[in-house]
Amino acid sequence: MSEPDRARPPAGDAEERPGLIDAVPVRHPWRWVAVAVIAVLTAMLLNLLLTNPIYNWPFVFEAMVQEPVIRGLLIGTLGATVLGMVFGVLGGVLLAVMRLSANPVLRGVSWVYTWFFRAIPRYVLIVTMGVLGALFPEGVSLGVPFDWLIIDALGLSGDWRFVTLDAYAVFGGYFGAVLALASSEAAYMAEIARSGILSVDRGQVEAAQALGMSPGLAMRRIILPQAMRVIIPPTGNELISMLKDTSLLTGLPLTTELFFQMQSIGSRTFQTFPVLVGATLYYLALSSVLMVGQTWVERRFGRGISPSATPRRRTVVAPVASNGSGAQ
Amino acid sequence: MTSQSTPAGPPLVRAVNAIKEFGSTRVLDGIDLEVHRGEVVCLLGPSGSGKTTFLRLINQMEQLTGGRIWVDGELIGVEERGGRLHVRKDRDIARQRARIGMVFQRFNLFPHMTALENVVEAPVHVKKVKPAEARREALRLLELVGLAERADYYPSQLSGGQQQRVAIARALAMEPELMLFDEPTSALDPELVGEVLTVMRELADSGMTMIVVTHEMSFAREVADRVVFMDAGVVVEEGDPDQVLRSPREPRTRAFLDRVRREERVLEQRVARELEDLGPEPSDPS
Repeated sequence: MSEPDRARPPAGDAEERPGLIDAVPVRHPWRWVAVAVIAVLTAMLLNLLLTNPIYNWPFVFEAMVQEPVIRGLLIGTLGATVLGMVFGVLGGVLLAVMRLSANPVLRGVSWVYTWFFRAIPRYVLIVTMGVLGALFPEGVSLGVPFDWLIIDALGLSGDWRFVTLDAYAVFGGYFGAVLALASSEAAYMAEIARSGILSVDRGQVEAAQALGMSPGLAMRRIILPQAMRVIIPPTGNELISMLKDTSLLTGLPLTTELFFQMQSIGSRTFQTFPVLVGATLYYLALSSVLMVGQTWVERRFGRGISPSATPRRRTVVAPVASNGSGAQ
Repeated sequence: MTSQSTPAGPPLVRAVNAIKEFGSTRVLDGIDLEVHRGEVVCLLGPSGSGKTTFLRLINQMEQLTGGRIWVDGELIGVEERGGRLHVRKDRDIARQRARIGMVFQRFNLFPHMTALENVVEAPVHVKKVKPAEARREALRLLELVGLAERADYYPSQLSGGQQQRVAIARALAMEPELMLFDEPTSALDPELVGEVLTVMRELADSGMTMIVVTHEMSFAREVADRVVFMDAGVVVEEGDPDQVLRSPREPRTRAFLDRVRREERVLEQRVARELEDLGPEPSDPS
């Protein structure tokens, strides 16, 4: 502001300084054109949605509140999303820590796991899981591995199996559904968690070590909470993908799931289109809720780092006059 | 280590022929040094002389390649069992580190915790002190470094000097026998150096054993009991600060000190010149 304002030289008194700016804003005619185009398109869309009888809105809402649909929504869609994601995240963090460990065997296992499960499409994995029972005609058991060899070698008879379950029931049911989703998710989460851990400054590890923290404690208290800031946004994406991918569970087949139940109403009543609209509305609503949740979690883990998430705390002793001096 | 007792008792830190190699580069080439309880020792020397590396060896931020370092009579990093040296387990190393406080050039405060939480963290989770008790002690330490009213601020809301003072409080919270300072004022704006040095001076006066890597010659002269001048991975000269800084015996020490003084003079002259260029009129409040 060293140059005086040439456009409007101070009137009269040479010492008068320029006051508030009252300037004509830049005009944006193209914005109005865009608004007009969008208004026409919106009108067309609304017309299509509200007047086309194929939508059959009353039927959409009726279908959405049917008991099997609600059950499918809660058990197959929301339940499998939550469980698949919880185990996927835990597995992913474990894989990431293994991948970054000093032990070459753990590093290798983590790499192979990620390589394998990232390569398989989720739908293929789910269908395979459904027929995995074929591999275990005698069922799956909990017991001593290779018990028959040991028993043979010792000259004994019988088996060392405590529980035996029907393999088709195990892998083709809800457990198989969660297992398929979680094992696939863990592979993606491993990479996300690894990049998060690597994003934390090396000095943080040193500071934690210098205070006498063990590697595990430093990981839990210092590294992971900071890594979360980098991990959460892509994990939000993963969560929404997971929600949508529960519709693939039909391939297992798991039928207590939103999309299957909506479709089956559609095929029974020949109202194919309205049920798809209903399913879309559900997925939209759930994704929106998850997005709100993500925003909240991001703020929680952004404390101290991102300005919007850092509360200006009350002071412990007494408020000091020059409160604003600290922030930079 | 009780075989011989000097007037000050056995040394708290004893390094014999400490050697550190990174790959094929020898960074430390046989350091012998003893630091006694209550002593303040400043490590001086040009960058790359190995002084920071030596400090990091004491706290096992780096692993010793050769020689031995004892802290309080206990061998660092390895232990002798059945006539052989065995590398210590992570938990054992953590235990050894817990008795040594370290202050870093770049503060390394935990950004997701407030100043108070930074100080409370290690006592509660490493030493298993009761949270309420740790909190009380932490507030006392923050008071000591003059930051009690900033206890609930996050590091990003504090100036560099304030952050470094919190870092000192955080290290003190573990009640260390020994404090290591790795160029604690090098990352600070010049006007913030003083507040950190003041805290360090008070700490030295309270009898804390300190090893300080620093470029602050006046601090070394006023506070250190002994200065150690290092160059190219060896100790060139050590002794009384007045003697080493005023009339160094070794030509390498003299050359280094001359260069530091020349740089300080050049800096002073530049500041003076810039002030002159600004002219005498008071600057416009923007």
